Amino acid sequence: MNINIKISDKPLNPSDANNFVTNEACGGIVTFIGTARKFTKGKEVLRLEFEAYEPMAIKEMTKIAEQIMVRFPAKKVAIHHRIGIVGLKEIAVVIAVACPHRKAAFEACEFAIDTLKQTVPIWKKEVFEDGEIWVAAHP
Amino acid sequence: MILKLTAFGIAKDILGKRVLEIELKNDSKIADLKAILLNQYPDFSKLANLTFAVDEAYQNDDFLLSANQEIVIIPPVAGG
Repeated sequence: MNINIKISDKPLNPSDANNFVTNEACGGIVTFIGTARKFTKGKEVLRLEFEAYEPMAIKEMTKIAEQIMVRFPAKKVAIHHRIGIVGLKEIAVVIAVACPHRKAAFEACEFAIDTLKQTVPIWKKEVFEDGEIWVAAHP
Repeated sequence: MILKLTAFGIAKDILGKRVLEIELKNDSKIADLKAILLNQYPDFSKLANLTFAVDEAYQNDDFLLSANQEIVIIPPVAGG
């Protein structure tokens, strides 16, 4: 299998994605790691809370990986997403793409995270000292 | 027909619950469901977008609904 998709309520380890995509045919692996940032628009975030419509999220993440295989010369793709409570600096998402050469790997990885943010049914809540907001909910 | 809707993210907050049962005429489409929801829960109109998934796939406004489907309200997603 050349695609590895995971949703987990446990901390993610980027090595899992990296190790999965490493292969002899590829000389370039690009790994994107999305982490919980302390400030959003100048406001201090205490933690993030992610919720997923899990079976469909897995399907949509798989579609992204399949698209990558078609659109780029990628050999292996891993997409891992955390759900539940995610503390500052902790990893929310890991995407690793292996291609024979680096340029395509960079492009494919960017395509993956951009598409994930548009299509995968996962929701992120930012929790502040004085309230909370669902990210991107309102225009 | 009675439809069972499941809500995530801010949609769950707007409904005040995870699952909502709602009565619609037979052969209703997603557009009809959306109109009723917007009428009963005006906060949905404030969202950047409001889409629906049926049986784990996105569907558009003219998709026909029936009682045995898994229907999920999808407010703006924000993974990553």
